[in-house]
Amino acid sequence: MDERTLLDVLVAASALTMVSAMPFLYSALGEVFSQLSGVFNLGVEGIMLVGAFSSIYVASDMGLDAGLLAGVLAGMVTGALLGLVMAFVSVTMQADQGISGIGITLLGRGLSTTLFILLADGVLLVESFQPIRIPLLSDLPVVGDILFNQNIMVYGALLLVPVTAWLLRRTTWGLQIRAVGQNPAAADAMGVNVEQVRYSAVVLGGTMAGLAGASMPLALTNVFQVNMTAGLGFIAVAMVYFGGWSPWRVMFGSLLFSAAYNLQIWVQVLDVKLFGETIPVNILLMMPYVLAIIVLVFARDMQRFRPQAMNRPFRRGD
Amino acid sequence: MTRAYRKGKYALRLLVVVSVLMTTVAVTAQEPIRIAIVAPSSIRDLSWSQSIHASLQELQEEMGGESVLQIAYSEAMSSVSAASETLRGYAEDGFDIIIAHGTQYGTSIFDMAHEFPDTSFAWGTATETGAERGIGNVYAYQAAAEEGGYVNGVMAALLTESNVIGAIGPIPAGDVRLYISGFTQGVKSTNPEAEVLVVYVGSFSDIAAGTTNGRTLLAAGADVLTGTSQVVVGAIEAVRSAGGFWFSTQSDQGDVWPGTVVSSQVYNWVPMLRDIVERHQDGEYGGIAYKLTLANEGLRIAFGSVDISSELLMAAGQAVEDIIAGKIEFST
Repeated sequence: MDERTLLDVLVAASALTMVSAMPFLYSALGEVFSQLSGVFNLGVEGIMLVGAFSSIYVASDMGLDAGLLAGVLAGMVTGALLGLVMAFVSVTMQADQGISGIGITLLGRGLSTTLFILLADGVLLVESFQPIRIPLLSDLPVVGDILFNQNIMVYGALLLVPVTAWLLRRTTWGLQIRAVGQNPAAADAMGVNVEQVRYSAVVLGGTMAGLAGASMPLALTNVFQVNMTAGLGFIAVAMVYFGGWSPWRVMFGSLLFSAAYNLQIWVQVLDVKLFGETIPVNILLMMPYVLAIIVLVFARDMQRFRPQAMNRPFRRGD
Repeated sequence: MTRAYRKGKYALRLLVVVSVLMTTVAVTAQEPIRIAIVAPSSIRDLSWSQSIHASLQELQEEMGGESVLQIAYSEAMSSVSAASETLRGYAEDGFDIIIAHGTQYGTSIFDMAHEFPDTSFAWGTATETGAERGIGNVYAYQAAAEEGGYVNGVMAALLTESNVIGAIGPIPAGDVRLYISGFTQGVKSTNPEAEVLVVYVGSFSDIAAGTTNGRTLLAAGADVLTGTSQVVVGAIEAVRSAGGFWFSTQSDQGDVWPGTVVSSQVYNWVPMLRDIVERHQDGEYGGIAYKLTLANEGLRIAFGSVDISSELLMAAGQAVEDIIAGKIEFST
């Protein structure tokens, strides 16, 4: 391998970190809406799988060949539909949210696998979104390649962070979401339709989980595989706790986790030694998770931001 | 023609017809062999699980279709406890041969084998049949992945221009370790200057992580890559996008990526499966540890559509010959 400076490695790892963090960002930001409204949606993983399959099937010339944007739309629509199912089960039927979420995950896993077998005959490939160089900014040293030479879905994920923060902090709807998540009885007394607000938040969360699923084949892997999310949806749910239900801190968590993973790949590539010995690969692969646990321990104070009514169905008069 | 002769002729015809009918009844009365597979990933994973399912389908066709051999499968069984229940379910349903296609299923197989003495169990990657523990109905199997890895490595060493070659695996164990070790040995034997960068994804199914591992290797200067298991499909796409070359193992991936996959080491389980079926029909239910090799045609090298030089082809052919002749000593 040619000689590389530490800066070269950090830039390369950081540029990939932005792409790796993209599905976390979409799904975790969506989960922020859902959880802040009081609905703990553990079905993100399943929704992502259906979003991933539907998006590549619609976009790929091995499927409907309708183009990448139609694929993105398909991922969002299927995500919204599964979000609607989750909202019906947990808000209207008032079923246990944790169990409902696991049910949605199993449904999504089964549905995406079955549709893949029936419709795609085992292989689905697509030519994904290509990086777009932002003029002038992409020529900046260091940050140019990291931030301004990414594909449109990475830009979209980053843009959603301030948009989510603004929606939650600066709009009436955002205030209503937080109100029904903290004290639904008080919100109800103030004339807020608790069910309607929770429905809107969960459906939006589902839409963003579908978008997260779509971002995987359409902006990263170019290919669909059964169970391709591999637990990423559950990590996204953990990111919301990690980030204390704040879009900015969720972004920080997503980037930190992805950066830790991408840096350990470079440690493997460069065969970095510790006390003259190669670091065991199993130790390296654990690092992102160890880091997440350490941060969670130190960030336990974040629990004060936890929506008080999360996981509790609202019944008027209770 | 005398009357007695005619009577004799009719009697002979009748005998022939009755014999044919009896044979037919005997054949149709024979129950089909029922084989079940439990696989850790999808049977459309383009690698490990697909290789055994495809081999089983090939054997089914060879033996005369579903009326002779029936196949059932449970895929994506990443949970060992769920897989264990599924394996037991197949045994209780009376399947003749049950294949647990993953090292992680070994304990489950040995736990239940004695309860179903007339069922043949097979598991791999493994070498232990349980014979020393008195278990007589378990087969073990493995592939000498290092052999095809070596052949692929020889070709990769001749193909690289940057002298940097990448290798990706899910975890450093079993079949993965064998393949990458053989591949590295093949590279070094042909081009000692070339460097093999090895990375592990940490998962068999996280293809997004597989993709970032592939992109990292490309960023590190690799122009030729290889990898094993279903986790590498995104990495192959990354190599295709970058205009590089890929060497595959387990299943033939040349059809899916014709301009990128130079060659694939293909696991041909058919001879092993055929032997297990024949032994089962003869009342023998286990006790053999199979190993797929280039010599016994359990492994074969399939070329993709990449335009390669005659020098490369000859080097690959020589490597295969040397391995079969036992001239290569593997360091695994």
